[in-house]
Amino acid sequence: MTPSDDLSRRRMLVKLGLFFNGAVGVILAVPIVRYLLSPVIRERNGGYESWLALGPVEQFPAGQTRLATYRHPAANPSDGETANIPCWVRNVDGQMFQVFAINCAHLGCPIRWFPQSGLFMCPCHGGVYYEDGSRASGPPERGLFEYRYKVEAGKLLIQAGEMPTVGAPTARLINIPLGRPPCA
Amino acid sequence: MRLIQKISHWFDERLQLSTPIRETMAHPVPRQTASWAYVFGSAALTVFGLQVVTGILLALLYVPSAGEAWNSLQVLNHQIALGWFIRALHGWGSNFMVAIVLIHMAQVFLFGAYKFPRELTWIVGVLLLLMTLGMAFTGQVLRFDQDAYWGLGIGASISSRIPVLGPWIVNLLLGGPIIAGATLSRFFALHVFVVPGSLIAFVGLHLLLVLKLGINEWPMPGRIVRRATYLQEYHELTRKDGIPFVPGAVTKDLFFSGFILLSIAVCAVYFGPFGPSGQPDPTIIQTVPRPDYFFLWLYAVLSLLPPSMETPALLIGPVIALAVLLALPFVSGEGEKSWKRRPIAVLTILLAAVALGTLTHLAGNAPWSPVMDAWSAEPIPAQYLKSRTALERQGALVFQAKQCHNCHALGGVGGQRGPELDRIAVELARDQLIRQVIQGGGNMPAYGKNLSPAETTALVAFLETVYPAGQAPARDPSRSVEFRSSQ
Repeated sequence: MTPSDDLSRRRMLVKLGLFFNGAVGVILAVPIVRYLLSPVIRERNGGYESWLALGPVEQFPAGQTRLATYRHPAANPSDGETANIPCWVRNVDGQMFQVFAINCAHLGCPIRWFPQSGLFMCPCHGGVYYEDGSRASGPPERGLFEYRYKVEAGKLLIQAGEMPTVGAPTARLINIPLGRPPCA
Repeated sequence: MRLIQKISHWFDERLQLSTPIRETMAHPVPRQTASWAYVFGSAALTVFGLQVVTGILLALLYVPSAGEAWNSLQVLNHQIALGWFIRALHGWGSNFMVAIVLIHMAQVFLFGAYKFPRELTWIVGVLLLLMTLGMAFTGQVLRFDQDAYWGLGIGASISSRIPVLGPWIVNLLLGGPIIAGATLSRFFALHVFVVPGSLIAFVGLHLLLVLKLGINEWPMPGRIVRRATYLQEYHELTRKDGIPFVPGAVTKDLFFSGFILLSIAVCAVYFGPFGPSGQPDPTIIQTVPRPDYFFLWLYAVLSLLPPSMETPALLIGPVIALAVLLALPFVSGEGEKSWKRRPIAVLTILLAAVALGTLTHLAGNAPWSPVMDAWSAEPIPAQYLKSRTALERQGALVFQAKQCHNCHALGGVGGQRGPELDRIAVELARDQLIRQVIQGGGNMPAYGKNLSPAETTALVAFLETVYPAGQAPARDPSRSVEFRSSQ
């Protein structure tokens, strides 16, 4: 065996060793990436789109808008109070409801309802909405996010899902036509 | 004494580090760089050291759980001896670090230090700036209070606007469908492992580059950087007019670093720790979230941009800014270094400083936010109520009850979202007032549905009396036309 043969054999072995490690790396990377992506791979935590009771319908008198809270269905014990999510419930006329997410459609700050002037106001950048959730003024480019709702056995139920954001169609809140409840 | 020598000799026989360390310390630097202008890099390093130490101390007690974090900060503030002081040191350290890194960057830019052969040093520095800001933001999240909670919501809302990938990125950022335990845990991992790990690695690289390439010489007007000759010229300069880094140049670094540490300690003692503000309970909606001071400028930008420009500016702006910073040493890698011959560089720094300063100052009083409790907390100035009719005073009541005061100031109190109304009767006549109230417009909501005709009449009657002494209220233009035509 000549020295050059020996050298090429060694180089070959080094390459083989590198390839072996690369292959093992890829095999390891698959579960690691899967683990990292678990928040976006949704079949595991699909449960959070279940229907949640906000309380008996009588809690929401006709013509009024009131704050309601629910415990997010995907909550863990360690989430503490962060999993208690508020929302605004508007009883339009005793028959129809609107349930608005608490988050301003601009950047997600908590909007507050002012019954005297019939407006929702945002404390962050000054977004204002009318009582039906449509945009009145300020930086938001759209009206408030709405939850799907239904009334069953005298209780108001909503489908909560994700924290709504402008770009998140997965929030399933955006394509609902105003004032036409899908399940009532 | 001999024992110490023996021990150090024993170690050096094995480590063989004393010679390279001695050489590094004694490496010659241009005499003029022993200047107060060259102390910011070492000060940033010192503050980083302080942050690492205080960060570890805080981690001894901090509980990175959404249900417990806020309570553990209360324990640190109130129950652990000097826990408040460690928190204050870490908080003030972060403010100082962001400020010093920015000043260091401005100095390096003005002194042309990013030019050949120090391009990579600059690029690593830009990455270090990003990591420093990343530490600032993630640190603000770990102070898991109301500001942190809603700040995360803002971060998620911005990320959601990224085309196609937005919703995924939101979920990855939050670690789930909502801001909750998983969110805090991943920000803890970022703040404590990922970003500091990369910071340490990149700081090492940054320092290595400074040592390998030598500190930037004091720029002289007319001394032009050329790729072909620079290295030789620099070598010549350090040989002819160089002093050893230790003890020649390091003195000012030492004193400045000590001064900065002392300043942080004084701020920590005097002002105390930052927050935490209210509990991170989203059902407490009586909150006015504000970012920490290094992101106040962004808060102002988000409020002042026209809505249609917001998403493009948010998504493209940072990319352009980063591209400009990274491309800088390649676009102007040669030529003049002195700020005396680089007016555009000086103007750029001035513009950036004025813009950041103005936006930060604006965000301090946030004129774009309604004052959520002005309607119930701020009185109408007495001069607008004296000698008024019952109808006009009824209008003042409507003004308060319908939250007009939240957006409109009277006598300097109230919101600044809409125009101040102290001259409103001079600017608008009765019909214009009615139209504006009922229909809104110009960024004002329409109140037509929420005001009865009687309320509107009273409100407008009140507004018609609001004008400064010595100025006439506006008259209906159509009436004056009629008046002229009848003459």
